[in-house]
Amino acid sequence: MEAAGGRVSNFGRFWLIAGYAFLYIPILTLIIYSFNDSKMVTLWGGFTFKWYGVLAEDKEVLDALALSLKLAFTTATSSVVLGMLGAFAMVRYQKFFGRTMFSAHLTAPLVVPEVITGLSLLLFFVMLQRAIGWPERGMFTIWAGHTSVGMAYAAVVIQSRLLEMDKSLEEAAQDLGCKPFQVFYLITLPMIGQALASAWLLTFTVSLDDVVATAFLSGPGSTTLPVLILSRAKLGLNPTINAIATITVAVVAVGVMAGSLWMYKQEKRRAAEQAAAYRDG
Amino acid sequence: MAANLATTAHKSFVRIDRLTKRFGDVAAVDNVSLDIEQGEIFALLGSSGCGKSTLLRMLAGFETPSEGNISLEGESVIGMPPHQRPMNMMFQSYALFPHLTVWENIAFGLKRDGMPRAQIAARVEEMLNMVQLKRYAKRKPHQLSGGQQQRVALARCLAKQPKLLLLDEPLGALDRKLREQTQFELVSIIKSVGVTCVLVTHDQEEAMTMADRIAVMSEGRFIQVGKPHEIYETPNSRFVADFIGKVNLFDGVLAIDEPDHCAIDTPEGRFYVAHGITGTIGMDVSVALRPEKIGLQTEAPTDTSSNAFRGTVVDSGYYGSFSVYRVELAGGRKIQVAITHAERHVELYRRGDALWVTCSAQSLVVLIS
Repeated sequence: MEAAGGRVSNFGRFWLIAGYAFLYIPILTLIIYSFNDSKMVTLWGGFTFKWYGVLAEDKEVLDALALSLKLAFTTATSSVVLGMLGAFAMVRYQKFFGRTMFSAHLTAPLVVPEVITGLSLLLFFVMLQRAIGWPERGMFTIWAGHTSVGMAYAAVVIQSRLLEMDKSLEEAAQDLGCKPFQVFYLITLPMIGQALASAWLLTFTVSLDDVVATAFLSGPGSTTLPVLILSRAKLGLNPTINAIATITVAVVAVGVMAGSLWMYKQEKRRAAEQAAAYRDG
Repeated sequence: MAANLATTAHKSFVRIDRLTKRFGDVAAVDNVSLDIEQGEIFALLGSSGCGKSTLLRMLAGFETPSEGNISLEGESVIGMPPHQRPMNMMFQSYALFPHLTVWENIAFGLKRDGMPRAQIAARVEEMLNMVQLKRYAKRKPHQLSGGQQQRVALARCLAKQPKLLLLDEPLGALDRKLREQTQFELVSIIKSVGVTCVLVTHDQEEAMTMADRIAVMSEGRFIQVGKPHEIYETPNSRFVADFIGKVNLFDGVLAIDEPDHCAIDTPEGRFYVAHGITGTIGMDVSVALRPEKIGLQTEAPTDTSSNAFRGTVVDSGYYGSFSVYRVELAGGRKIQVAITHAERHVELYRRGDALWVTCSAQSLVVLIS
């Protein structure tokens, strides 16, 4: 993209702008129309906040939001725990029976189409329910489905962090008198803390906007927000959906910006401290 | 090796007995035996892949030997996990815990031992004073320079008062200038504490200046074990002569072999050597000659007790305190000669100068293997 002098050429700039426009104009339109005082989604009828008011009183939306958040929270937590165990097995134990198979199974949910995952889980749960009367389709089944996918994401993120971690840190801890479990919670856990946090956020997001698996696994009265939006959109576009979307975009944008800013500051501080250490060292 | 076995009569501090470590079909450490005295600094020297690190890791307990035994003060440590061994290791990367301060890093091992708080504080204080890092106690490792990090790592090891200190390439991560200064500091700290120490290095200078004794390793075996000057002045093989310092090797055959001297015929001429080798006449041997033990002069030598050959200067390098010349001998063989500039005005030879190359019979070593 860059010309020889390090400056972006006009050709490059054009495609950059075109790319951004393609990505962001639809979102911008959606945000603008959430303030549209007209029942017709495509016709501008003046500025209003009323759809946000309608949204606040829409019990269906609020229930769906609450369920989605609960699901995302539990899914992220269970995925990180299971993903971490899987990643550990893969990185720390180079030889055990069935390692290749385990490795394939760990990441399979990432490549298997979600429709298949959803459908197969649905069949499994239905069979199970017939046999032992449990589980009822609802939050539990959705959680199980989300976790099976989220776990794979978490494992990949944590695995890469474990691989780049200096192994001698753990050996040094052992050498200084740590029992194996102490090594884990005194050294390893703090070292991979950031990876655990990003894995948690990633699986939280994946769970929050999952539609396909959820559609298969949800039962009556357990509708998540994305499934609700989809079903409403099918009935006809409605400005309340724009309002929901706008809030989501705002929350995500603020979160991402705050996160990047924090990371940038950390990085800068660290570099400055390092430079200072060598100056007066 | 024979000398080592002879001393096994009395109990040695660390005893490595016929130790072998195999990875698959490859023996990384191959039937190695060694005794280390209390208070000794012992260096394992060799190029990468020679097995020195594997041996060190077996001492620390990170690798399990395939065969053989390691004992400390007469008691075997085989099967004892690293966290129970009274040994501490300084890692090449220092392995300082990045989320802990300097103080917490040093206190880490003491806390694991369940030492009372007040005692920990006193001990950490003592260690910080020893490595002169008291004012950096609250810093995190990334806020320290390489040399300071190395001192924290050392303090962290010594805080636990180990019986055996293990150093893995202790100066490997430092730049050249810092390295020279640090190696003396390191030795003086180790000696003042009096801890027995095994260090691993690929840098022969580091091994020579720091260690009391050195084992030169290759392909999992000890090639020679001895004091630094023994290894330098009387290498037992071509490998050691070539590995430690610079050397000119001349291949030839044994022509005369008496108890107190021998002579070797080489394509460059006959070398008289001031020691006998008890070999058979006509056998293939090599003569090792260090560059600094060679003299250069323009007139033909009158002293007939020295070996002398005609040569021509091919090129030279001026290093300030000494000069290195490459001199081509009559047969076309080029050798390295190092001339120390003991005085300010020395005669510098130039390319193409014809001169005499001399070396005394005492300066030569005959190598059989």
